[in-house]
Amino acid sequence: MTEAPKLNSFRNGPDERGHFGQFGGRFVAETLMPLILSLEQAYKEARVDPAFHKEMGGHLVHYVGRPSPLYFAERLTEHLGGAKIYLKREELNHTGSHKVNNVLGQIMLARRMGKPRIIAETGAGQHGVATATLCARFGLKCVVYMGAVDVERQQANVFRMKMLGAEVIPVQSGSKTLKDAMNEALRDWVTNVHDTFYCIGTVAGPHPYPAMVRDFQSIIGRETREQMMAAEGRLPDSLIACIGGGSNAMGLFHPFLDDAGVEIFGVEAAGHGLSGLHAASIAGGRPGVLHGNRTYLLMDADGQIEEAHSISAGLDYPGIGPEHSWLHDVGRVTYLSATDEEALEAFQLLSRLEGIIPALEPAHAIARVIELAPKLPRDHLMVVNLSGRGDKDVPQVSEIFESRGR
Amino acid sequence: MTSRLTARFQALAADRRAALVTFITSGDPDAGTTAKILAGLPAAGADVIEIGMPFTDPMADGPAIQAGGLRALKGGMTLAKTLALVGDFRKGDDATPIILMGYYNPIYIYGVERFLVDAKAAGVDGLIVVDLPPEEDDELCLPALAAGLAFIRLATPTTDDKRLPTVLRNTSGFVYYVSITGITGSATPDFGAVAAAVSRIKQHTDLPVCVGFGVRTAEHARAIAEGADGVVVGSALVEAVRASLDAEGRATPATVPAVLDLVARIAEGAHAVRK
Ligand SMILES: Cc1ncc(COP(=O)(O)O)c(C=O)c1O
Repeated sequence: MTEAPKLNSFRNGPDERGHFGQFGGRFVAETLMPLILSLEQAYKEARVDPAFHKEMGGHLVHYVGRPSPLYFAERLTEHLGGAKIYLKREELNHTGSHKVNNVLGQIMLARRMGKPRIIAETGAGQHGVATATLCARFGLKCVVYMGAVDVERQQANVFRMKMLGAEVIPVQSGSKTLKDAMNEALRDWVTNVHDTFYCIGTVAGPHPYPAMVRDFQSIIGRETREQMMAAEGRLPDSLIACIGGGSNAMGLFHPFLDDAGVEIFGVEAAGHGLSGLHAASIAGGRPGVLHGNRTYLLMDADGQIEEAHSISAGLDYPGIGPEHSWLHDVGRVTYLSATDEEALEAFQLLSRLEGIIPALEPAHAIARVIELAPKLPRDHLMVVNLSGRGDKDVPQVSEIFESRGR
Repeated sequence: MTSRLTARFQALAADRRAALVTFITSGDPDAGTTAKILAGLPAAGADVIEIGMPFTDPMADGPAIQAGGLRALKGGMTLAKTLALVGDFRKGDDATPIILMGYYNPIYIYGVERFLVDAKAAGVDGLIVVDLPPEEDDELCLPALAAGLAFIRLATPTTDDKRLPTVLRNTSGFVYYVSITGITGSATPDFGAVAAAVSRIKQHTDLPVCVGFGVRTAEHARAIAEGADGVVVGSALVEAVRASLDAEGRATPATVPAVLDLVARIAEGAHAVRK
């Protein structure tokens, strides 16, 4: 996990103060600063402590079910008639998505810091379920903030969290979605700072969260490297992943950032289209400051944050992790987007061709694969991060299809 | 440089009284109502006026101030209009210090340089920006000080003696002690603990120390004025605005008096203490 920093590397960020270029930083209320500094210290110590990694490694294998397979999607590849497509099967993890990788790391850190109460925000509910699961496993109190709109559209995950013993608080303020859940979680944290650890679900928030979550998620890319070497004897030619805040994407991308031959694509949610309501912060936003960091945000001319829209509750966020903003500005990663409709098409295509029902979030990445792969040569190796499974989305998608008479 | 603030606190100290600092949200529920409230605040007993710059995502504020901000935004309030409100107030009052309080993003988007020039020209005396800790002083605090605006920092119960010097280093105008760990308008503070914290902070600085969060009544104000140089009241005033609105959320003839009457009552408490 800790390698010596290299000169001229895309992997050295952030700097001491948590900046990736102009992005990142620590924009939080004074009440939280002492805790954030002690969290930074605790993480610094943990990341060089072999005992921490040994314990985490054990849980990753025996509880999470890692490594997740790198699966050659033969039928999808045949159907598209171009690049050879591999799926990194994060949907096979315990709890059904990549979120558990990060939650495990943060819960172990919370235990080290002696914090008995865990709070989290969640959009689709996957991060909330992962947090509730590990809190149950380690006997910690768990409170999850979730926008009231998301509580409605992701009911299966709400039940799961409750069954796992977590308290789910529907957030009624603002747009009643993920950004408001994050505001509410920050308010809780400001109030209960003495005994509470805030387990953030993506590579955003004040430093050290973006770097810490990235480090915990980087196991995705490290495994992919090894698995691709074993399968094909070389590195992939391209990587592609969906972006809400960007944690599954950063986890896949980060270990490859210095491999110049690897082309990297992030896919934002274009909702009804980039000229309508959407959640594509890079394509449709500009740099601003929210939730503890400077990053690309959707906002109006007066700096007021705008509501994001995506069919996928997990991508419905008006910001993006600061490291992605930087990778966009320096041109290392190409950011694309996919609409609700394109994601629905991809959702069906993957289900029918591979017998894998993807979550609506990675269906956005699949949608761009459908467009990119046919134009590429047959020896092009492409890895798609299948960040989660679609069980949680089946009721919502079936309702949409039924209403259209499909 | 922060002459109105300095002059006001010196005058209060000479009078052996604590300041009453009143917070209202700019444009809640409309700009005209805010202008009337502002104009009436000094006579009602406000020694320093804090004006909230509305933001969609006020992470450190409770439901009352959050809702006030959303009412203001719905009514079309902007940062430029907030500065215009201050400019209008200054035409009738050149002595009462005005502090803008809010979150960084609207200022960042307005442009820091331009904001400082316009704020100074409008007659703003100081800034409180909740999500800019000392670790981000380069963003706004240092440019604000250079432009002659005070940068008032919050100290909280989690700010221990080790961190206090960091918090105080570039603070000016006064120190705002947040009496609880929590959001605005939530718990009632433990007045004994507040007094102890104020004297602890005073060992580190000569700046006046004002205390806020959770002050709702004349009795609260009196209890805090015993030890502090100022008492800040916010959520209670914003709540008074809300309670006076009609069913559509519009101001009524009761709105301005509701706020000013409450200020007058709390001012009695704050000003009752002779030190
Ligand atoms: C399956 C899945 N993928 C992706 C995301 C988006 O998060 P991130 O962009 O941090 O990977 C979510 C969030 O809920 C998710 O559940």
